[in-house]
Amino acid sequence: MSGFLLPVITLVLKDILLEVRNKEAVSSILLFGFLVAIIFNFAFDPTPKMVGLIVPGIIWVSFTFAGVLGFNRSFVLEKDNGSIDGLMLCPVSRDVIYFGKLIGIVIVLLFMEILLLPVFAILYDFPLFIPELLIIAVLATIGFSAVGVLFSAIAVNTRSREAILPLIILPLTIPVIIAAVEATSAIIYGDALGSVGRWWQLLAAFDVILLVLSSILFGAVLEE
Amino acid sequence: MVTENQFPADPIRVVLLFLSGILMFISLWLIFMWAPMEQVMGQVQRIFYFHVPIAWVGFLAFSVVFFSSILYLWKGERHWDALGHSAAEIGVLFTTLMVISGAVWAKPVWGVWWTWDPRLTTSLILWLLYAGYLMLRAYSPTNAQAARYSAVLGVIAFVDVPIVYFAVSWWRNIHPEMVVGPLAESGALEGSMVTTLLVSLAAFTVLFGYMLLERFSLRNMEDTLGSIKSQKGGM
Repeated sequence: MSGFLLPVITLVLKDILLEVRNKEAVSSILLFGFLVAIIFNFAFDPTPKMVGLIVPGIIWVSFTFAGVLGFNRSFVLEKDNGSIDGLMLCPVSRDVIYFGKLIGIVIVLLFMEILLLPVFAILYDFPLFIPELLIIAVLATIGFSAVGVLFSAIAVNTRSREAILPLIILPLTIPVIIAAVEATSAIIYGDALGSVGRWWQLLAAFDVILLVLSSILFGAVLEE
Repeated sequence: MVTENQFPADPIRVVLLFLSGILMFISLWLIFMWAPMEQVMGQVQRIFYFHVPIAWVGFLAFSVVFFSSILYLWKGERHWDALGHSAAEIGVLFTTLMVISGAVWAKPVWGVWWTWDPRLTTSLILWLLYAGYLMLRAYSPTNAQAARYSAVLGVIAFVDVPIVYFAVSWWRNIHPEMVVGPLAESGALEGSMVTTLLVSLAAFTVLFGYMLLERFSLRNMEDTLGSIKSQKGGM
């Protein structure tokens, strides 16, 4: 177990340290996520009556788009500096690299979400601290990143890296986006249909299935 | 290295071509001359006999992509990739036709070209996923990378589709009931309509088999040509 856990933690710490030093990913996705929310505000011009209908959507579209930006960066640094070859030469399995990169990006995205949620709460007037919302955010971010990391490792090797990634991960993660939006709506504005339970289940099922599948397939991606 | 005798024999393709042609004529006759007029929808209901087989071929093609993707990742043999790629192209073509024929049918019956019904939405997402599959191939720098990357997507996309379907049907649940298949209500279709549908299904399935073999052997020939070119000193 420590043969798996220790290298994963080392990889995560490497990514976090890199991020703490240059703060490029966090600052860009934070600002971008905020910007998306502001643009949506102009696009819909929500009246107090409409806010309940569109705010969950605004939150998750902003997190999703910011996440795509984060994934695009995830392997670019490794690739451009040739450190991906170093990683592959390490005497660790491909799973270790997958989970290391995954946990690193999940931490960065969750950091962005935890900072942005109170901002949205102030802008759109919903309660500042809702524990359930955080759990939804964690589950959705893991599901989203499970696919995101796999395909960012692929996209970095293609021509036009930035263009291909959203084309693939957005349709794949539509269940996550639907479940997150519906669950958020039920948590903030009341669960008239009693549907929160099934969205939890869907998110959890998606996370488990896609994590297992992506970690298996990741080996095929790195094979050179 | 692919050699001549690995190509599917020509006679099979010729037989499939003629068989699909004959079946297509029979099903056209059944659809327009023999099947009774549907009482509520009228003539436009006859789109049904095209729409359902086209949708079936789309899903069949994507399941071929799924299995050949697994086999490619497992065995690493080039022809599994050629099969998956060919099936994906046919799948995208037929999913496009499915959406178009569905829209033409929906307009007079439902009054709109499109609704966000779970099956329509899932089909649209399916189309987007496999259009992404073809894009990913087009953007991959080498053939080997295109094969590996698209095989990864071919597996994940297929597993993702049922999850998408669940998510979308919980999100919007207004779709009309199934008319054929395991969840169908019995007696929803008259006997002669079922016969017509089955003949049309057979015709389109044979057509799919023919198109797949044709595309597959063309792709293998391209591969052989490529390897001959590189043997003769990089042209």
